[in-house]
Amino acid sequence: MADNPVQFELVSPEKLLLSEEVEMVVVPGVEGDFGVLPGHAPMISTVRPGVIHVFEGGSVKSRIFVAGGFAEVTAARCTVLAEEAVPLDEIDRAGVEKDLQNANDDIRDAGGDAAQLALAEARAATARAKLAALDNLVYQ
Amino acid sequence: MASLKDFRVRIASVKSTQRITSAMKMVAAAKLRRAQEEAIAARPYSERMERMLGSLAESAAASGNAPPLLAGSGKDNVQLLVVMTTDRGLCGGFNGSVTRWTRQRINALRAEGKEVKLLIVGRKGRGILRAEFGSLIIDTLEDTARPMPRFETAVEIAQRVRTMFEAGEIDVCTIVYNKFISALTQEVTPQQLIPFALPEADDSDAEDDSTDVAGNAAYEYEPDEKEILTDLLPRNLSVQVFRAMLESFASEQGARMTAMDSATRNAGDMINRLTIQYNRTRQAAITTELIEIISGAEAL
Repeated sequence: MADNPVQFELVSPEKLLLSEEVEMVVVPGVEGDFGVLPGHAPMISTVRPGVIHVFEGGSVKSRIFVAGGFAEVTAARCTVLAEEAVPLDEIDRAGVEKDLQNANDDIRDAGGDAAQLALAEARAATARAKLAALDNLVYQ
Repeated sequence: MASLKDFRVRIASVKSTQRITSAMKMVAAAKLRRAQEEAIAARPYSERMERMLGSLAESAAASGNAPPLLAGSGKDNVQLLVVMTTDRGLCGGFNGSVTRWTRQRINALRAEGKEVKLLIVGRKGRGILRAEFGSLIIDTLEDTARPMPRFETAVEIAQRVRTMFEAGEIDVCTIVYNKFISALTQEVTPQQLIPFALPEADDSDAEDDSTDVAGNAAYEYEPDEKEILTDLLPRNLSVQVFRAMLESFASEQGARMTAMDSATRNAGDMINRLTIQYNRTRQAAITTELIEIISGAEAL
């Protein structure tokens, strides 16, 4: 089975970000991370903001931050529909901290506007998830 | 008969018009290329989302707990039409064909006794439809595609539609847009957004996925179908709106390019015709003058 790699696809609304054959991917599912190896049972899951790890030769090849989305897994394929995706090493910590602060300011200023508030909270959550991802690198 | 000066003025004015139309053609051609690329780049997401929704919808329908966005409100009394038009004119029959379809649709729905509401995207569509259906228009959104359609805008539109649906103000929502076929042709395409209707499966796709189809029924869902669907359906709504925006934008550029191309050509023809007339008039004037001089000399 190891001969057939997993076809991993990462898609954002604007474009197909990544389509490659990999050994294993670990996806941050809403009920916990799950690893996908060839021959995985078919499943559909919601993805929480977190880091996707792509494994090659037993170690992490790339880390990509996603701001939530959906994942579809079949025996030969793993498709992640991400809302936003950035490689982890391209995230600029200072920028994220600023985003978080702006979002927090917006939450304070939103007042009664529920839509505005929800938007700002989502932004804050994404920024916090980014920071958390930068702080503790799981898997080596 | 027009004087020589009139002709010169006329020719100069047609020439400057031609310069504008040919510049607009160039701009549209450049934008078209980008728009086309973006429209194509956005396809994988919506295709994969459809595939996921397809299998989810099947199993949700089977278990009988489909959320309202999928199953509908059980009525079809109030119909919302989202009409995608442009903000700027000079793009041939682009807006005309969308609004013509809309008008026919409204009349057909009214004949069935349904109530119709309109949400118009683009300044031009409002101008055309306001005279006849002004009372049906809920709102008009402008400048949605400057410089390019953005996903955030699609999310906003989808959010509005969803809020109206959840408040029970509408039962069915359909989006009408010009689908991009080629730079020369667009096709008016209605697509039902709520309740979600799965598009007919593409034959070529079906073959690729034949191995998956067998596995469809065996999908595991995490957390569970219903929760994924409540996340996925609003998301899908935005994606469908975004796709319509991109298609419409690419079509607009194509339509404008074609329209401006023929305008430039017409202007060229007109300049040729005017130049011939100008020369003839000039020669006639010279001949008259010569005759006058000669007959004057002969009289002496």
